[in-house]
Amino acid sequence: MAVLVLAEHSNNALNDATARTVVAARAFGGDIDVLVAGHNARSAADAAAKIPGVRKVLHAEGEAFSHALAEAVEALVVPLMSGYDAFFAPATTTGKNVAPRVAAKLDVMQVSEITKVIDASTFERPVYAGNAIMTVKSGEAKKVVTVRGAAFQAAAGSGAAVVESIAAPSGPFKAAFVSEELQKSDRPELASAKRVVSGGRALASAEQFNQYILPLADKLGAAVGASRAAVDAGYAPNDFQVGQTGKVVAPDLYVAIGISGAIQHLAGMKDSKVIVAINKDDEAPIFQIADYALVGDLFKIVPELTSKL
Amino acid sequence: MKVLVPVKRVIDPNVRPRVKADGSGVDLANIKMAMNPFCEIAVEEAVRMKEKSIVTEIVLVSIGPAQAQETIRIGLAMGGDRGILVQTDMAVEPLAVAKILKAIVDSEKPDLVITGKQAIDDDSNQTGQMLAALLDWPQGTFASGVTKEGDKLNVTREVDGGLQTVSLSLPAVITTDLRLNEPRFASLPNIMKAKKKLIDVKTPADYGVDVTPRLQVVKVAEPKKREAGEKVADVDALIAKLKSVGAI
Ligand SMILES: Cc1cc2nc3c(=O)[nH]c(=O)nc-3n(C[C@H](O)[C@H](O)[C@H](O)COP(=O)(O)OP(=O)(O)OC[C@H]3O[C@@H](n4cnc5c(N)ncnc54)[C@H](O)[C@@H]3O)c2cc1C
Repeated sequence: MAVLVLAEHSNNALNDATARTVVAARAFGGDIDVLVAGHNARSAADAAAKIPGVRKVLHAEGEAFSHALAEAVEALVVPLMSGYDAFFAPATTTGKNVAPRVAAKLDVMQVSEITKVIDASTFERPVYAGNAIMTVKSGEAKKVVTVRGAAFQAAAGSGAAVVESIAAPSGPFKAAFVSEELQKSDRPELASAKRVVSGGRALASAEQFNQYILPLADKLGAAVGASRAAVDAGYAPNDFQVGQTGKVVAPDLYVAIGISGAIQHLAGMKDSKVIVAINKDDEAPIFQIADYALVGDLFKIVPELTSKL
Repeated sequence: MKVLVPVKRVIDPNVRPRVKADGSGVDLANIKMAMNPFCEIAVEEAVRMKEKSIVTEIVLVSIGPAQAQETIRIGLAMGGDRGILVQTDMAVEPLAVAKILKAIVDSEKPDLVITGKQAIDDDSNQTGQMLAALLDWPQGTFASGVTKEGDKLNVTREVDGGLQTVSLSLPAVITTDLRLNEPRFASLPNIMKAKKKLIDVKTPADYGVDVTPRLQVVKVAEPKKREAGEKVADVDALIAKLKSVGAI
């Protein structure tokens, strides 16, 4: 049996989601190859070769792959699948964009956002915003799976797989990259951070979000998250959104500030190890899952907390 | 241009789903249902494009039970022109949905399909991408902005690191994210008018698609329950607690 894992990377660096996906693939079993499709992505390919348990890294170079457009990645992956029994992609926006195209071309049903591998055909995945955990068995000849990173920890150790260059289709493709606006930050990445500080609608403006949430996050060495309401209102950028339809995180410490705790928000953070909630409403639903609840005005509590840490 | 918008009937997003005691699924008996919020955003986007005279006709499709007609009616009241109900009581998986939609695209020949990025019941996030692949069309998933640039569409996408804009040749598939627009509420006169709009009723067999599930649901269980913890009196008490458990 052999599994092809799609690497998540930024050409010069490999994203942690790749190693987590490899861990899920190892639970599935068989030989594991990692596909790095990119442009000037040799360093990402070299980093993938060091993930423990990888047989080899397939490195495809091409300008069309510089931004992982789904049309190009699909054209690369589908022919490769004749040599594999499964395609595992991280449930990142890249993986979610590509994997269903591959599944449809292979005429197989994808299993989305798995949180557990039970055996080579059986997986667990949350549905209904994490209010139910579904166990599904796939009888498909080839499995196409996306993996929720928060549910798998990257393995310790270091591997030494070979990197093999492979030919890549050059297009033309029907989609083209135009531009991107990526958030630049020295803070840890939200999806894999050990600590996360999130702000909600109560912050009431982008200025206050920055003034109250960021210093606390920096004091804790934490990534910054937000509720949908805070993002919709423009207090925080879209990539901060934690929840059913944003990012799913499971840090050691999650601090929810001025967030009520709607089911869609809980779906993205309720597997955190320790949850702290700061809210002025002592009946806020977030308190039903918080380990430590501090009832009061965030505009008083947060500066005090930040200064005392 | 002509737009096709698939709409799904799902549990109302404000209702807390409950798992059935026998572990066979989520209990939907007597539960309030609604149009999937991402599908609402898709309908709204199509209607706005029509208001800007970019779009001439909006066809809504729902694949589901007889009651999914109500979901189509909501979309018609928002501004859709006509509907197609592909009626079945089976739980239809994204791959089969994409195949039915492909068959409808083959006969309706739209220039654009706008789907929601995910349905809030099965949280699969697959259908739009699968449809695009089956049609060999380009896709702009998780869209927060759509503009027409000559004979192409520019789609701004919400991606993990921020925003990405892609240019798509037409025909194309777009899947909507939350911030694309804020869907309107249908007004009473429009709800009345929508009652007269045409809905064609079909079956999956009419499109030659086998909807037998490929994935077998072994069981559906409650997630691990998380207990409420304790109230702490003040910041000092919070810091002491966090230190005692090694969280800071
Ligand atoms: C399809 C769909 C998908 C969704 N996806 C997501 C998602 O991925 N992530 C997500 O977060 N949401 C999501 N939502 C939205 C979700 O339902 C809630 O609307 C949202 O999470 C609410 O954000 P909030 O808690 O910041 O705001 P609110 O619910 O308004 O809560 C604000 C809280 O701040 C408290 N507060 C106010 N002032 C103060 C103060 N001075 N000090 C302390 N506390 C104060 C209030 O007591 C209140 O509890 C989704 C909804 C839908 C329909």
